[in-house]
Amino acid sequence: MKIVVPVKRVIDYNVKVRVKADQSGVELANVKMAMNPFDEIAVEQALRLREAGTAEEVVAVSIGPSQNQETIRTALAMGADRGIHIEASHDIEPLAVAKLLKAVVEKESPELVLVGKQAIDDDCNQTGQMLAALLGWAQGTFVSGIELSGDKAKIIREVDGGLEHLEIAMPAIVTVDLRLNEPRYASLPNIMKAKKKPLDSISVEELGVDVSPRLSIVKVEEPEARSAGIKVSDVGELVDKLKNEAKVI
Amino acid sequence: MAILILCEHEDGQIAGATLNTVAAAQQIGGDIHMLVAGDASGDAANAAAAIMGVDKVLVSADAMYAHGLAENLAPLIVKLAGDFSHLMSPATTTGKNVMPRVAAMLDVMQISDIIKVENDTTFQRPIYAGNALATISSSEAIKVITVRSTAFEAVAATGGSAAIETIDADADAGLSSYVKSELSSSERPELTSAPIVISGGRGMQDGSNFAMLEKVADKLGAAVGASRAAVDAGFVPNDYQVGQTGKVVAPDLYVAVGISGAIQHLAGMKDSKVIVAINKDDEAPIFQVADFGLVADLFDAVPELEKELG
Repeated sequence: MKIVVPVKRVIDYNVKVRVKADQSGVELANVKMAMNPFDEIAVEQALRLREAGTAEEVVAVSIGPSQNQETIRTALAMGADRGIHIEASHDIEPLAVAKLLKAVVEKESPELVLVGKQAIDDDCNQTGQMLAALLGWAQGTFVSGIELSGDKAKIIREVDGGLEHLEIAMPAIVTVDLRLNEPRYASLPNIMKAKKKPLDSISVEELGVDVSPRLSIVKVEEPEARSAGIKVSDVGELVDKLKNEAKVI
Repeated sequence: MAILILCEHEDGQIAGATLNTVAAAQQIGGDIHMLVAGDASGDAANAAAAIMGVDKVLVSADAMYAHGLAENLAPLIVKLAGDFSHLMSPATTTGKNVMPRVAAMLDVMQISDIIKVENDTTFQRPIYAGNALATISSSEAIKVITVRSTAFEAVAATGGSAAIETIDADADAGLSSYVKSELSSSERPELTSAPIVISGGRGMQDGSNFAMLEKVADKLGAAVGASRAAVDAGFVPNDYQVGQTGKVVAPDLYVAVGISGAIQHLAGMKDSKVIVAINKDDEAPIFQVADFGLVADLFDAVPELEKELG
């Protein structure tokens, strides 16, 4: 079985984002970038399936400028077998990303696509579901447990009220949630080895997908800052403030 | 043109987030239709028809639409889509699962998790876990939208009298089936709609210590939540999690106990009206957003709080 894992390059989750002065977006220049944390969990799961003998090959795919090759190399250093870089010069919306990934899936014919449930930059939470729609495949979203058996997958989803167990047909798209696993760190020898692993590059044009944006950004602004209030000295004062000042209890 | 809202319901009850979604739809303007799909749709259809502001309820009471299976539900919505300018759902795990599949089938870009309606084509939504707010404009023929429920005041659940119309079910896509749920049962109010929320973090040290918070919650009529750290440590189940990747809450009062205040947690609660923080570390970032901060050992302060509340 082959597994395709799309990985997105985003601002590192530890970095505090800053809105550009002209309100056209957030500042990306000279900001530390990293693999979307949810996609790391997807890579880890694919590697575990390969190590368990369920999968033979793990292919990491990333869409964006040439720097995205670093993100693919991170996946390769974790243990993915090869990478595909789809070169694109500007931000691409989830629908177009799904179309590009569909082209990759049609070429690679994986039985499973594992991907993060959302990217921590645009927080759209759309790509996996859209890819499933375009392929006509089953989708398992927000997954914290996965068990493959033949042409079916048993999945556990993290839903609002708790957990939900579903059975979905393979091939499938599975979008992963936080508690599925804890991703491994790439060791130094594996980082060196990753430099020799195959990484193909292909352009958006070669895949024949129209990636022109459908939505336009009017402006991006900082949320209204919340200011710190006061410190109370004890529980008695706290209850008094809540009752008589804030009037919330 | 009219707006179609995917109604979320369980055992004949309408989920609260659906009422907030109706409120967002009213700001866009136009007739509001509601799709009630799934088994036991009879009671749910009547409940949907009673929601203030709903003009028509479309019902497809077929069991294959139960549990919000996206592979079955999306084609049904797509079949209806031609009559509507906007397709909306609350940004719940059901809405987030189904709506992008609908959008892709219609070849339109979805607008996720809106917190403000500027007009019928322009909306505001949080990005980067709410650290920036983007105003987005769409020229798509059909706008597919999910709504952050805490950003819109719910409409009344009763007082409306919409017409109910039955629609035909499609064939089962045969791609997915429901097995079972493990839902947390609680007598307390639901986290996302509770007027008061009390949450515990890593400082709680152990799951059994959440009993302290539950006692306070019961006196206040509050829901109990948790930070990601507390969930990851296995103190409480995942559906307790408040934060960027958990639930977003905006109650009248939010009490954070033993929570340091990581960005990812703040993203889920910083729109609460009043925030209280109890933490023994006076440098904890949670104090920077708290209206009332108490620097104290939670194991002393929480039992005392329970006693003070009488």
